[in-house]
Formats: sequence, structure tokens, C-alpha cells
Amino acid sequence: MSSNTHSQTERHIVFLVLLVAVTLPLLFPIGWKTEVSGYARMAWQLIDSTPDSSVVVFSFDYDPSTMTELQPMAEAMLYHAFSRNQKVLAMALWPQGVQMADQAYAKVIKSFPDKKYGVDFVNMGYKIAGIVTIQSMGKNMPEVFPTDERGTKYADIPMLKNVKTLKDIAYANSLSSGTPGIKEWVMAAHDAYGTPVTGGTTAVSAPGLLPYVNSQRQLNGLLGGLKAASEYENLIGQIGSATVKMDAQSVAHLLILVFIAIGNVKAFLVRKRSKA
Amino acid sequence: MSSFAGTFGLWMAVFFTFSIFSFLYKDNPFYKFAEQVFVGLSAAYWLVYLFYSIMLPNLFTKLLTDFKGNIILLIPAALGIMMLLRLIPKTQWLSRFPIAIMIGTSAGINMVRYAKSDLLSQISATMINPFADGSASSIVGNLLLIIGTICGVYFFYFSKKQEGFSAVPSKIGIWFLMVSFGASFGYTVMARISLLIGRLEFLLKDWLHVIK
Repeated sequence: MSSNTHSQTERHIVFLVLLVAVTLPLLFPIGWKTEVSGYARMAWQLIDSTPDSSVVVFSFDYDPSTMTELQPMAEAMLYHAFSRNQKVLAMALWPQGVQMADQAYAKVIKSFPDKKYGVDFVNMGYKIAGIVTIQSMGKNMPEVFPTDERGTKYADIPMLKNVKTLKDIAYANSLSSGTPGIKEWVMAAHDAYGTPVTGGTTAVSAPGLLPYVNSQRQLNGLLGGLKAASEYENLIGQIGSATVKMDAQSVAHLLILVFIAIGNVKAFLVRKRSKA
Repeated sequence: MSSFAGTFGLWMAVFFTFSIFSFLYKDNPFYKFAEQVFVGLSAAYWLVYLFYSIMLPNLFTKLLTDFKGNIILLIPAALGIMMLLRLIPKTQWLSRFPIAIMIGTSAGINMVRYAKSDLLSQISATMINPFADGSASSIVGNLLLIIGTICGVYFFYFSKKQEGFSAVPSKIGIWFLMVSFGASFGYTVMARISLLIGRLEFLLKDWLHVIK
């Protein structure tokens, strides 16, 4: 067997074992607990401390490719905002974010049957141009959103009667998987207009955004990946889809650690043999 | 009919999921087919969506309903057409004007925003009293933040050869950078596993109904 074929076979074994390791906890949940991080708690505190009836922005800046990580966050944060009686303005800086917002509303509203569209929540749809859109929201929101996603005029939406600019928004929450996303919200909403910003992102993007969670409060906490989504579910006392998936995630991480250890031992033995 | 469409869509999703996963064994026609369908569908979706959600309400509808009131919109419309002239070799040069405007505008907006958010605010965020909060973990964290930032930035100072005592901060900076790369790798692994979990959940829940 050539070394190339041998290496291919090893890769296939790794994929197969990983597949089994992820599948089994989905079929037979273990119920491992997740520790709540300071970043998740900060985001929770911002939403929790925002007064009743405040209008808040949820920006759905992602598409279905990352919904495994971001949709549980969106649903958990939306649930929290509704439970605090906040009025949610959903929008999207990504085209398919509109559908993501609709899906999140449809799921969470089952727990709040009294909430009414236009009075307690609204979907303003997709807006192109990223940071320019947010900057424009700081000057004149009715101009940015002439109508909502259903075609209702801005002036005819009851919950937006007193909302003219970003200054009338209690906080902006961006659920983002890239550009435009959280970074643009920090730059344009917080740093230009002083609107508090929080958000959630994919695990890949989290390290690049964590520096904004600093003493300047450019970002009020950050949810990074599925783990943070399960932390947020833990904070609001809900067992959601992220919590269920965390068993599989944890088992996969343990397995990868074992693979890294095996790989290092193997490399060490090969080096030793070649020296002998 | 909707039930048939739902079932058909579900089986299509299953087929494309397996086609993409088949690449893990080796490159094959199923993978190539799924990849090309995805690229084509994405391009078509973007084109149609942008036309109906951007071009139509922001340009065509406004011009058709109130031409005089929106006459200024002819400027971006003309710039858009000039951009498309890039497809014709003889008129290609006209596309330089809208591109120049776009680059100039983007540079102007981003320069101010990045200078404020990524430079000034980040520097301010590092200028903290590490002992302000009494807890030991907070003091250690703040000191690590200050030392890590200074040494990390110093590592990229190339105007003087770093040797002897002046190389010490640089070496400390490398350690901080290595830790940050490790954290990024960890987060990347988490993200990729999450994607796998998402697909498996779809197969086990929506397709096979073996989990709730």
C-alpha cells in the first residue's frame, strides 16, 4: 500500500469516526451542562435591563448556510426581548435574512400568542449597502424603510410612531455571519450614534469581533457559535435546539483532541524512526 | 400539491446533502453536479432578488410614478448602465467612472469609521487602570490585555533589528499571537462541527424522523 493510499484511508477512518461520534449524541442525548461565559451574560444583561415597551432592532445578517449556529441565538434573544415586553424591529443586511427573521418570529410567537404584528414586532425587510444603511438610519429611519416587508407604510406602523432615528432605538442586536454585520453595527450605530450594540456570530467570526467587547463597550457582549447559543438558552431557562446539539459538539471536540494527540504521537514515532 | 412540493424539496435537499458529503470519499460527478447547481442557483437568486427588492422599488417604480420628483435618480441609473458597458469592449472605458465613484465613496466612509472604531476606540480600550476592579482575575486579565497588546504590536515593528533586550517584547508578542491563533483554530473547529451537526440533524429529524 503506497503512503498516499494509506493517508487517504486514514482520512476516511477519521471522517467515519467523526460521523458516528456526532450522530450518536443526537440520537441518545447525554445532557451535559454548559457553563455561561461573561460575554453571553453581558448580552443577556443588555436585553434584560432594557425597559418595557422600548423599540429594539434585530438585524438578521446571515443566510441559511449558517442558520445552525445563528438561528438558535436569534430565537433565544427574541424570546428574551418578547418576555421583557420590548417591541422588535427586524431587518436584514443580507437578502435571505428576511426569511430567517420570519422563521424566528413564527417559532417564538407561539409562546407569545398576544403579540401583534405592527404593534409588538415588525419585519422591515432587506436593505442593501450595509454600513451606509445603518448610517442613514441614524439620520432618518422612515426614509430608509419607506414600507415594511408586507408593504405597510412606515407612518402606518403603530410601534414605530415615535421612532425617527437610531437614537430612538434602545439597542441594536446583529446576528451576523460576515460582512455586513456586527462590525458595521459597531462602527455606524455605536461609534457614530451611541446606540448600544450586541450580537451573535458564527464561531469562525467570533475571535475577530471579541476585541470590540472592551472598556469602551463598543459591543455589549457577544455570542460566538453554537456553544454561546446554548449558554443564552440556559440564561433564559429554555432548552432550545442549541442545548440539544451541544452534546454532539462536545463529543466531537473530545474526539478531535484525541485525533490531535494520536497525530502528534505518530509524527514523533516517524521522526524517531527516521533518525535511527 | 403543496405536500408533493414539500416532499420533493425534502428529497432534493437529501440528495444534494449526500452529493456534497460524497466529496469526503473522493471527487465524483455527484459532487460536481451539486456544486454547479449551487453556484447557478445562488447567482440566479441574487439577480432576481436584487432586481425585485432594490431596482424595482428604488428606481423603476419611483421614476414611473413620479418622474419629476425623482429626476435625480437618473444619475445613479446612468452610472449603473455605464457599469454594464464594461461587457462591450469598445465602451469598456466608461465603466471606470462608476467604479471610481464607488471606490472613492467607500474609501471616504471607511477611512473615518475605521479610524474611529478600529484605531482610536481600540487604543482607548487598552488605556485602562488594571487595578480599578479589585478582583484578582480582573487585574490579571487587564494586565494580560495591556502587555499582550503592546508586545503584539511591537512584534510588527520592523524599522530596527530586534536583538538582545529589544527582542524580548517581540518574543512575548509571538506567544500572545500563537495563543490567539490557537483560539481562532478552536473556534473554527467548533463552527465546522456545528455545520455537520446541522446537516445530520436535518437528515435524522426532517428526513428520517428518528429524533424529535
